[in-house]
Parts: sequence; C-alpha cells; structure tokens
Amino acid sequence: MTSRVETPTEIRPFHVEIPEKQLDDLRRRIEATRLPSKELVEDRSQGVQLATIQELATYWGTEYDWRKVEARLNALPQFTTEIDGVDIHFIHVKSEHENALPLIITHGWPGSVIELLDTVGPLTDPTAHGGRAEDAFDLVLPSLPGYGFSREPTEVGWNAGRVAQAWAELMNRLGYTRYVAQGGDVGAAVTDAMGRQAPEGLLGIHMNLLVTVLAGPQPAESEQERAAADQLATFRESGFGYFLEMATRPQTISYALLDSPVALAAWLLDHDTDSYYKISRAFVDGEAVGNLTRDHIVDNITLYWLTGTGASAARSYWEDGQALAQALAGGQAPPEISLPVGFTTFPGEIWRTPRSWAEKAYPNLTYFNEVEKGGHFAAWEEPQLFAEEMRAAFRSLRNGGSS
Amino acid sequence: MSSTAQTATEIRPFNVSIPEDELADLRRRIAATRWPDRETDASQGVQLETIQALAAYWATDYDWRKFEERFAALPHFITEIDGVDIHFIHVRSEREDALPLIVTHGWPGSTIEQLKIIDPLTDPTAHGADSADAFHLVIPSLPGHGFSGKPRETGWDPIRIAKAWIVLMERLGYTRYVAQGGDWGNAVTEQLALLKPEGLLGIHTNMPATVPPEVSKALATGGPKPDGLSGDEEKAYEILKHFFATGVGYANEMANRPQTLYAIADSPVGLAAWMLDHDERSYQLIARAFAGNPGGLSRDDVLDNVTHYWLTNTAVSSARLYWESHLAFFDVKGVEIPVGVTVFPDELYPAPQSWAEKAYPKLVHYNRVEEGGHFAAWEQPQILSQELRDTFRSLR
Repeated sequence: MTSRVETPTEIRPFHVEIPEKQLDDLRRRIEATRLPSKELVEDRSQGVQLATIQELATYWGTEYDWRKVEARLNALPQFTTEIDGVDIHFIHVKSEHENALPLIITHGWPGSVIELLDTVGPLTDPTAHGGRAEDAFDLVLPSLPGYGFSREPTEVGWNAGRVAQAWAELMNRLGYTRYVAQGGDVGAAVTDAMGRQAPEGLLGIHMNLLVTVLAGPQPAESEQERAAADQLATFRESGFGYFLEMATRPQTISYALLDSPVALAAWLLDHDTDSYYKISRAFVDGEAVGNLTRDHIVDNITLYWLTGTGASAARSYWEDGQALAQALAGGQAPPEISLPVGFTTFPGEIWRTPRSWAEKAYPNLTYFNEVEKGGHFAAWEEPQLFAEEMRAAFRSLRNGGSS
Repeated sequence: MSSTAQTATEIRPFNVSIPEDELADLRRRIAATRWPDRETDASQGVQLETIQALAAYWATDYDWRKFEERFAALPHFITEIDGVDIHFIHVRSEREDALPLIVTHGWPGSTIEQLKIIDPLTDPTAHGADSADAFHLVIPSLPGHGFSGKPRETGWDPIRIAKAWIVLMERLGYTRYVAQGGDWGNAVTEQLALLKPEGLLGIHTNMPATVPPEVSKALATGGPKPDGLSGDEEKAYEILKHFFATGVGYANEMANRPQTLYAIADSPVGLAAWMLDHDERSYQLIARAFAGNPGGLSRDDVLDNVTHYWLTNTAVSSARLYWESHLAFFDVKGVEIPVGVTVFPDELYPAPQSWAEKAYPKLVHYNRVEEGGHFAAWEQPQILSQELRDTFRSLR
C-alpha cells in the first residue's frame, strides 16, 4: 500500500467550504417563502408564531452571514474518519496543558457541533476562562451520523447504541486510553449507551438530560418529583408531536425540511417551551438570553440546510424508536451502569430532574448539581457554566484516580 | 338598506377561478424542489419514489383547469355564519320531495371527496336506483378548509361547526334533513346528532365512533387487552393499537403545534407528502396510483385535492381543527337519533356490529361492504351512494 492510498480508518483533515451559489439559492428561497395565516393565540400554544418566523426569515435572508461561522469552524481542527461504514465528522481540540482529560461531547437534535463551539475555549484552555490548568480537557466533538458534516447512514440500525460503539472506536483511533463522555438530548442517549457498554478506557460520563425517564414511570412523592412528573406529563401530552412524527414518519416531514428553509427553521425552533421563548425573544425583542444569539441560532439552522440533513437527522428518532420498541417487547432491562455518572440539572430543561430520579437511574451517581440558569441547550446557552460543571463532575476521575 | 347591500345571512353565488400566475408559481416551486435522500426503510413515511412520481406528473401533465372547469360547473355558494364565510356546493334533485342531505368532508380532504356522489344521489334513476331515493345535496367546506373563510379566533371545534350546519340548513329552508360524514365529517355529524336540531332525522357515518370505554382506556394507556372480546372486536382492537402506536404522528403534531407546519404552506411537495401520509391503506392506494396501478383514486383525484389545498393556502388553517377539537375520535359519544353505519374494509378500523349497536341504540343500518377505505365517497361513490339510500329509506 502506498502512502497516498486512503485507508478507511484514516483520519483526514476537513475544511468547510460552501459554494456561493448554495447561499444564493438559500436566500432566494427565503425571499420566496409563502406563509400561512397568523396563529389564533397570543402565545406558542399553536406552535412557532408567525411574527417570530417572519423576523427570523428577514434576518436570515438579508443580514445573516454564514461565512462568519464557516470561518469559526475552519479555525478549529476538523477531521473525518470512516467508522462502521459511515464518515464521521469531528472537531478535535487538544489542550496545551499536560495531563488534560480527553472528553467526547455529543450534541443532540435540533442541534449540531455548533451548540458546543463556545465550550471549546473554557474546556481546553481553562486558565484563560477562570479555571485551573488541572481542569483542562482534550476535546472531541463529533457530528452524529446523519447530522452536519457526518455522512448519513444508508442502512437501518444506527440507533444510539451503535453511535456509542462508533464513539468508542473514534476515541480508540485517536489514541485515547482514558477518557470521559458527556451529552444532552440525543447526546445524552448516546452517552448513556456508552456508559452501559463501558468500553475500555471510559472512566465516567456526565449528562444533562435524563433519558431513562422515557422508558417508564418515575416516583412522584416529593415536591420536586411531582413537579418534574408534571412537566414530563405536559411534554408527553402537548409537546410530543415533533418527536412522534420523527419517530414514526421521518421521511414524510422531511420533504418540506429539505425544500423550504422556513419550514426547517420552524421545525427546529419548536423543540421545548423554554428554548422556544428564548429564541423567539432573540428575534422579536432583539434580546438574546445567554449565548442564544440570532447568529448562533441561524448558524445551526443554516448548517442543517446546507448539509441537507433534515431527513437523516429526523431518522435518528425513528432508529431510537425502533430500538426502544424492541427493548420493551423483549422485556429485558438494559445493563446497569457501574461507571461513575455525573448529572447536572439546568432549570429550564423540559423536566427538572430531581436528584432522586438521577440516583434511581444511575446507582453510581458520583456527582449531582442543580445550577441557576440555562435550559435544554445547556452548553450552547451557558458555555462557561457548562464548562464549570464539566470540571466539577470529572475532577475526581483525573490523574489516574481509581475512585 | 339598498337592494345591493350584502347582508350577513345572504347566500351569495361563488365562482372558482384561479389566476394563471398562481399556477405558474406552483409549477415553478415543484420544479425547484430540493429532495432528501431515499428513506432507509419503507415504514419511514411517504417514499421518495412515490413523491417523485407525483411531483413529475404534477409539474408537467397535470391540468388544474380540467378540474376547475368541472368544479366551477357546480352550483357554489358562500354565506356568512357565526362570523366565518362558509362555502358550500348545493345541488338540488329534480325531484322536489327529495330528502335534503348535508355531507361533511374530513382531513386531508375537501368537497372534492364528494363530487362523485353528487349525480348518483341527486339523480338516482340515471344510476340504476329508484327515483324515490333522491337527495338534495349540501356539501360545505369546513371552516379553514377550501373556499370557506379561515376563522380568526379560536373556538371552531366540531361542536361549533355542527351548530353552523344547523344554521346553514335552516337558511336553505330545509326543515327535514339527514347528515353524513367520515373522518372530521363524522365528528361534525355526530355532534350535529347530539344537538338534535328539530329537522335532523338521522345520520350515516363511514367512520363510526364505536370504541367502548374499557377498550378506549386500554388503547390510551397501553394497558392489557380487555377480556372477553369477540373475534371482530379483537381484530378492531389490534388494528387500533397499531394505529395509535405508529400512525398518529401527523395528528399529534397538528393537535399541538399546527402553526409550526410552515412546511405545508411553503413547499408543494412538503404539502403533498403531509397529505398522502394519512393512513397506511389510503397511502398504499395512492402510491399504487402513481405507480401506474390506480384503484379507487386516480392521480388526478389526488392532485386535484392537494392543489386545492395549495391554491387556497389552507394547509395550516385546516390543521388547526385538530388543535381546536378535544373530542376523542373513536369514543362513543351517545348519539340517540337513528344512525346508519357502513364499514369499508380499509378504513382506520373495522367497527364491529356489536360495538356499533351499543354506540348507536337506534342503529337502522349496518353493513360491511367489499371495497373501499378511509375516503369512502371519493374511492367508492357507487357503494356509498347505495348505502345512503338504504340507510335513509326508512326515514323519509
């Protein structure tokens, strides 16, 4: 084999470069948007409000500049490598500090690596961000298969468990023999699966969404438990449409997600109440909450548009739905996690996970904290606070610690 | 008031005429469609091959004007009821003593579903039936659908629509009439029956709400199968269980976040896919039509209806009906007036006679027919027409 032949396990540098004509086409489509009549209510109870989507479309079609985020992405070391037949894109930033702890963070839906960009500084360069050298991480930020610049699977079976296996292979390929993992949303499902698979080298995990609640009822005795149970019930009763549609008929909604930028934007905005209102404020009142600025929101939507991944990302819900149905039909509980688990409850999350629920899900819960601000997109909204949680959650697992 | 001033209760003639530039814009958008990759499993929704065949036909050979001409030839009217302009087709039989019948369409349908039953019902002798079985037909567009106005306030649930239908029939001077529907049309028709307006003699449904409370509860909670179900009942239960587990994504989204579906206002192909994905068997019927093997629905049937939604920009306003309604689709509602039920084999669930008898104490007609599905009038107009004649004969 000559040195020029690419082997599948090779790690290839990656650079983002979107042709101008794709950006022109996008602006043209936004300009040509045909809107429905206004909703009949004064809140989000019928979905993404017309005023919000109009403000977003105006900004997107005129002032917004994709080249800025493209430059931000390209300033980071990006790579692709083929794992299990799919090209996986990832950002890989090594800390300058010795003994940094390798950390793989998995984004969710409707997110992407863009959620995580502002955590890179605080996590890899803590001394410049109020931390200490011994808090440093080497950071691996992969794009889920079918999301962003990862390729989309062309066969079924890519559920969270298979992604978790791919991540273990990725860390292995990068030469990391001791590392930790983190995730929220779909990223939490992947991270939870990594914990159950316990690949060699994985020291512990941290999550900011308790995915285990989807598999069965939770205790509702204490005040906190009842409040969380009520939030979960509200979500199931009235906030579950996007989830159910993508888990059962991802292809059907995807025709519009690929064809209409505004359809895509609305579908991605309508995730949870807290984040919707934060995003809506950024456009309607011109006032960002935390790091959820207009640009950051539109960066993420534009990434979905330009990569044409509306369908393949939606399909990941179908895959996890199939896996969950099979698991429930099989009647077998998944293996318990014996690795150390950390959990942070962010107050705006869909349900505010009480410590008791996290302990029930993860008997070896070594870290739990409830912070003051932030919601579903914890790392995106509050990167500094999120980084502090990573430092605190993983501190005991560093330095060859055998705790 | 001068004689030319329009009063709210006036019944105005209505003409359908779509400007050419709207049709050109539609074709341009279809041609510019940006496609996703192929699905990785057939269960993931409308298949790429089907929708691409549909789009290819829609943008080239399909002719809206052919439909428009036929549609515009019918007597169309508009009248304002409860603040909303209601569009309806009103075809009187030549037989003066024909029985007035109001037929209500559903989602993703429109009055287009009912066009094929107009002749058999208003002119039965031309279709091998008895002139004594003639009907005067009233076919309204639901508020927010088709050429009816879009409500600008909340509250237009099936109960309010049923009340509007009472006003409509009164305004047309009908003092004795019957009503029919499937899908939302059934919901409205059953609510009409519960309101017991003086002139309403009975109803017919092709999507009856007959599921007993204990079965409904088991379906809602995913609880164990209720004991003591007969063979037919068990079959209905299993079909409904599958439907609720895998087939209600679209309904859940529209019931909770109809406004989020900018998708179906901005993308013709997005709209077509959303409308095709109603229930498994009607989807298969439609997919076969675009694969060159049409059954009860032709390619033109399907595209007339999708184009009608597109041109009236009513995809989102029609979706709001799911948000408005708090009625369970298949639960027994307590209708006490005479009811006829026809079970079409490919409907969402085949209502067992035992359930129908309990749901409708005055069940005057129950029949399981050989062919047809969710869009009974549209797919099998002759069969449905005969069912309506048989149901309502004793109520004349």
